[in-house]
Amino acid sequence: MIELKGINKTFFSKSGKVDAVKDVNLSIKKGEIFGVIGYSGAGKSTLIRMLNLLERPTDGTVTVAGNNLSSLKGKDLRAARQEIGMIFQHFNILWSRTVRDNIAFPLEISGVPKEKRMKRVDELIKLVGLEGREAAYPSQLSGGQKQRVGIARALANNPKVLLCDEATSALDPKTTDSILELLTEINQKLGLTIVLITHEMHVIRKICHRVAVMENGRVVEKGSVLEVFHHPQEEITKDFVNQLSEPEEMKESIAHLAASQDGELVQFTFLKGKTGSPLVTELIRQFDIEVNIIQGKISHTQDGPYGKLSVFLKGEPAVVESALKYVREQGVEAEVITNG
Amino acid sequence: MVESLFPNVNWESMWEATVQTAYMTAISVLATFILGIILGLLLFLTGRGNIWENKFINSIIAGIVNLFRSIPFIILIILLIPLSVYIIGTMLGANAALPALIAGAAPFYARMVEIALREVDKGVIEASQSMGASNGEIIFKVLLPEAMPALISGITVTAIALVSYTAMAGVVGAGGLGNLAYLEGFQRNNPDVTLVATVLILVIVAILQIAGDLATRVIDKR
Repeated sequence: MIELKGINKTFFSKSGKVDAVKDVNLSIKKGEIFGVIGYSGAGKSTLIRMLNLLERPTDGTVTVAGNNLSSLKGKDLRAARQEIGMIFQHFNILWSRTVRDNIAFPLEISGVPKEKRMKRVDELIKLVGLEGREAAYPSQLSGGQKQRVGIARALANNPKVLLCDEATSALDPKTTDSILELLTEINQKLGLTIVLITHEMHVIRKICHRVAVMENGRVVEKGSVLEVFHHPQEEITKDFVNQLSEPEEMKESIAHLAASQDGELVQFTFLKGKTGSPLVTELIRQFDIEVNIIQGKISHTQDGPYGKLSVFLKGEPAVVESALKYVREQGVEAEVITNG
Repeated sequence: MVESLFPNVNWESMWEATVQTAYMTAISVLATFILGIILGLLLFLTGRGNIWENKFINSIIAGIVNLFRSIPFIILIILLIPLSVYIIGTMLGANAALPALIAGAAPFYARMVEIALREVDKGVIEASQSMGASNGEIIFKVLLPEAMPALISGITVTAIALVSYTAMAGVVGAGGLGNLAYLEGFQRNNPDVTLVATVLILVIVAILQIAGDLATRVIDKR
């Protein structure tokens, strides 16, 4: 659905030239939710703006739904853009128009006659759950409702792709979840391809199928979300993954515990299908060791659940060693963090 | 009672002068609104980082606007007498004052328009571009409607400035309340005429201010 080949973007400013995006090649499949994560300044905003040519790449080609966008200009480019919806961190809806007129705006641009326009707007209002708020002005809406207007507006012309530029970063956690659910629903219902950029790992975990990690303008790692969560390769990816599984205070308390306990601190990582296995029971039954559970967490991704469990294993070193071997044979990863 | 308080006031010519002032103000406000928006749009759109970015055209328009804003109005009227004579055919009367009034007020309003347009959220313009909007659609469906409250309060301020400009234009023969206050009131030493003319000007200003505030309040949905 989307092909990026050899994309570079260089900005020239008074203070010199800045390479915002460097040699990016990405291929995004039809119907998938693709996430791009990175800290601010990593180039992800520039990257997503090149998908609808709001920024023109310095080199490389952008192909969306068979259209080579980077070769288009003027009227053809505007027509191609109507096949790509976009939503924004700050919603960017017009305060001078009501909810209904905001959603009708892209239809006015594409020249849909008034009667059909109003019918389509009503469908969209239902789709995003804004019934009863049609005549409200944006100033009368909450952040979540404004983003729903943004989503309805982006979907008005039946686009093939939806671009989400930090779409949940200005929302509180609960509203974020409801917007993410809406995006998943739209993805499944309409088969829409969604590309989103974010700096929040839980957004990626919750709705994305695949993810690319950006740092200093380059894509440093990409793959399925489960795989990236499970085997982060780059330092930055590990940082993002840890954001989710190990909050700072948890680390501190574990370190504190580790100092006062004897035994080995081990972290088990359970993947698809293993999250339901009675691993701890088996360990105690089969080996002469004590298992002391410190913390555990299970997360859901679009590809299935994955879990992490931190435990202290106490016993003869040889027995602990064979216990760990057993765990690994069960298809669960075991990482020894400290030796007591 | 009225006769004894204002012995020198000829109410018929006072009414005629009021109508002339109202006429000059109305026409010049209308023309300033249109011309100012065109100039302000050009200033904004040719500015840095905008859709018609063009340093050359931008500096030319900015230069003209600044020049006209810098010339004191009373001097501008005199400078523009040949132009008025050329367009209107005479240098006397309400119509003859219009070119000078518009030339004095439009650049002033154009700067206000430019400021109002700069206040429009850049993100909204970007969103419109992402929907495939043309530049014309961005101007008429996004920029102007989103800036409307500031455009209206700006024209209110300009309209009030224009009322005082008409009084100055009156001194050089344009008619209206300023002309009456100067010729009948000041030069013939009839302070009651000056007083009544002043009160009428204040009434016109008050009406403009109230109407402007009301319009802004109705339009502003922020």
